[in-house]
Amino acid sequence: MNNKKTNIYSKRIAPWVLPILLVALWELFSATGIVSKETLPSPLDILYSAIHLVQTGELFNHIKVSFSRAFIGFAIGGSIGLILGIVNGVYPIAEKHLDTTIQMFRNIPHLALIPLVILWLGIGEEAKIFLVAIGVFFPIYVNTYHGIISVDKSLIEMGKVYGLSKNKLLVRVIFKGALPSVLVGIRYSLGIMWLTLIVAETVAADSGIGYMAMNAREFMQIDIVIVAILLYAILGKVADSLAKLLEIKLLKWNPNYQKS
Amino acid sequence: MKYKGGGIQLQIQHLKKFFGDVEVLKGIDLDIAPGEFVAIVGQSGCGKSTLLRHIAGLEKETSGQIVQNGEKLHSINPHARFMFQDSRLLPWEKIVANVGVSLGLKGEWKEKALTSLKQVGLESRANEWPSVLSGGQRQRVALARALATQPKLLLLDEPLGALDALTRIEMQELIEGIWQEQRFTALLVTHDVSEAITLADRVILIEEGKIAMDLRIPLSRPRERGSHSFGKLESKVLARVMKKETSSLLEDATTV
Repeated sequence: MNNKKTNIYSKRIAPWVLPILLVALWELFSATGIVSKETLPSPLDILYSAIHLVQTGELFNHIKVSFSRAFIGFAIGGSIGLILGIVNGVYPIAEKHLDTTIQMFRNIPHLALIPLVILWLGIGEEAKIFLVAIGVFFPIYVNTYHGIISVDKSLIEMGKVYGLSKNKLLVRVIFKGALPSVLVGIRYSLGIMWLTLIVAETVAADSGIGYMAMNAREFMQIDIVIVAILLYAILGKVADSLAKLLEIKLLKWNPNYQKS
Repeated sequence: MKYKGGGIQLQIQHLKKFFGDVEVLKGIDLDIAPGEFVAIVGQSGCGKSTLLRHIAGLEKETSGQIVQNGEKLHSINPHARFMFQDSRLLPWEKIVANVGVSLGLKGEWKEKALTSLKQVGLESRANEWPSVLSGGQRQRVALARALATQPKLLLLDEPLGALDALTRIEMQELIEGIWQEQRFTALLVTHDVSEAITLADRVILIEEGKIAMDLRIPLSRPRERGSHSFGKLESKVLARVMKKETSSLLEDATTV
């Protein structure tokens, strides 16, 4: 009984003790005036302005815009990365022709392309989607490729000698074997997705969470800037949790991912 | 069963294999009758596994040929099922699907896979992941996978080598029982002489890529390990296998 209690504590409550304590301290410092409201508004003030933004509908608008950019960019860059990773992993001839080029492009920091992208595509949706797509492409490509080439060769041999068709061999043996690595790539690229979006939206945008933050900065609305930062944190965490759920669901067979 | 009495006939003719400059098989000639159970023994590196991989179609011979029911073997052997030293189960497929791999995972593979699992006594574990099974159970699933298509030829590459002694005896009885029922042709590579004598009609010794001994085992089945004739045969084969080893050890010792 006691054991069960401590288990629930360590699982559910323990991770939140420190954040709650920090916010309480922050509120305390703000309320007593140790930290001035011009430098850092109190948590309650930030909560109020967040509620205000929700009520005017402005917040959801910005979230919707940012989310769709993130999603479309991720879908485009991710699928290209996945397909190229599989093709290069399965066909050495494709790998010989493509991999060097991909590795050269990979070493260009994609955010360094921002000036060029603005010149080419302006500050519209295409520019942001393009940047996100490039950002997520590489981690997914590299991890998919790596996953495919490190599938246990003896299992592939088994599939062949047991007469599995080419398609079945590709899906049931090679792709499923590469899946853990592919999912690592997806989780990693989700982080890059938000990072790219934040930078792109702060540099040049007319809507979205980053735009909201930059706009608020012009009017010294620090509370809104902080709301934007917190939003990015929450959205990032949500994306990561979804990826983790996907891992638990797809990698049930792996004892390392089994829920105890 | 469908192929009752339908084992395959194998003729291996002057089979040679080079890996680079190393001649692993130095001209193997071997005839195996349909339904025969043949054990191949020999020290590690003698070429016995390589021979088995040729029969499975996993290796390409340098010269010579393998003829199967009168037809020359060119690529992956469609009649053969191979049991590896390790179970080689797909960890991301349920046990029943792992057996289904043998059936191409198409058509009514599930029913057939379950029937095959029943044969090895594991039908109750059909919907579990391979990671929860013990080593012996995994090899039983691998056996079910090999038998699911009712093959005419079963190739066993030291499949029991990694199991503990008791599980090994259990598996030997299981394999013998199914073989007696289905009468496929069976080739077992092993380094365990007593295992070879327990299961095989014929024990073949391969030494440095050549057949050095071809011995018929006249004992009736089921064979008793403790019996006098069993023991005599075992020590005879062991002596033949080891004699070479001790003399070559001595040679090594004198050259040093």
